[in-house]
Amino acid sequence: MSNNSPETGSFFARDREWHPPAFTPWYKTSVLRSPQKALISLDNTISEITGPVFGHNMLGALDDDLIHNFAKPGESAIGERTIVYGRVLDERGRGVPGALLEFWQANAGGRYRHKKEGYMAPLDPNFGGCGRTITDENGAYAFRTIKPGPYPWPNGPNDWRPSHIHFSIFGHGFAQRLITQMYFEGDPLIWKCPIVRTIPDKSAIEQLVATLDMEATIPMDARAYKFDIVLRGRRSTMFENRREGN
Amino acid sequence: MTQSLNRLKESASQTAGPYVHIGLTPNFAEIPGVYPEDLGFSMVNDKTRGERVTIKVRVIDGADTTLKDALVEIWQADADGLYNSPSEMRGAADPNFQGWGRKATDMSTGECIFETIKPGRVPFRDGRPQAPHITFWIVARGINLGLQTRMYFGDEEKANAEDPILQRIEHKVRVPTLIAPRQDNAYTFDIRLQGDKETIFFDI
Repeated sequence: MSNNSPETGSFFARDREWHPPAFTPWYKTSVLRSPQKALISLDNTISEITGPVFGHNMLGALDDDLIHNFAKPGESAIGERTIVYGRVLDERGRGVPGALLEFWQANAGGRYRHKKEGYMAPLDPNFGGCGRTITDENGAYAFRTIKPGPYPWPNGPNDWRPSHIHFSIFGHGFAQRLITQMYFEGDPLIWKCPIVRTIPDKSAIEQLVATLDMEATIPMDARAYKFDIVLRGRRSTMFENRREGN
Repeated sequence: MTQSLNRLKESASQTAGPYVHIGLTPNFAEIPGVYPEDLGFSMVNDKTRGERVTIKVRVIDGADTTLKDALVEIWQADADGLYNSPSEMRGAADPNFQGWGRKATDMSTGECIFETIKPGRVPFRDGRPQAPHITFWIVARGINLGLQTRMYFGDEEKANAEDPILQRIEHKVRVPTLIAPRQDNAYTFDIRLQGDKETIFFDI
């Protein structure tokens, strides 16, 4: 079956012991924002197996280039020039074509362009911090940015976020909707971060750490990091008790 | 040893954080010029079929405080109960209605407002009609994995009473947390993260 054929199977159950639990008191904001009652389990209905579609024609020419998409003409963002590339796969190992990826990040000094952000590191007038792209027919994507800096944040008295890029991903069904973060290989702050440590399983954390790929770097220009993302898989068969016409 | 299923694990979720607006609603975050309009900002146009309704959403924490940094996405069928999705096999949905919307909660009031249409009914797996509903996905700082819930319409008492999902909920006292009351053309949907009136969230 072509992976481009629309699928109607329900999604594999989410492994909620692999994801962070809602209540993680060492990440203080979760304490008052975590549901306390059990989630109610439901089989997927058509409301969850369907989802919005985004076409490549919605993308602007610089949407996948954070070095230039907020910069003045002829200028560029300051920082370590970096290419992030990879594939969006599902749990069956199939590439997910047409997946919209949106990403956001701090600048090279660890400062976000946001009115609620108060870190003393300066804004870069040529860096906005957002971008987006859509995967190709094999689920592959790439974008260009600068490596974000680490920064302190109010949680414990001296907590620092490792360098990271936030990712929002749409698959083919609204039940696949996911937000996660990408970290950079070798960053010692990863294992000290309370937000990273909301994830209980070490191998689940390692899956979020992008690998430096010297073969994909562009000599004299930019280093490359590989970051694959896995979305929920789905059953390949139609609903067994589906009625004709439904 | 046995054969391997060769399955991968879903990438673990991480919180959307306090600056989710930069990535998902940059114009709202006062980062103009990167995208012409925030994605999902407008759901209807002049040609969209169906009854125009307003949905006012708040997300409220365990200290009865409204979140001012949440992001809410909704997904719904068109007026005839068809989804604008390749996985919709029952027919073609209204081409003037994508059915998906995204809003950040206001940084001072905590409210977000969707201007949309009332969806038609869609079938449950066994073919019984579900009551009209909208699927919600909520992320914010402090929420480690996006929350999934549904909003039902307060003026659809008969349909709600026979809805296969609402019927399945054991604690009937909690069902009203999913039903938004109507006043004029507006529905108010308060999503409570904790407490006696904690909204029902689903593992779907």
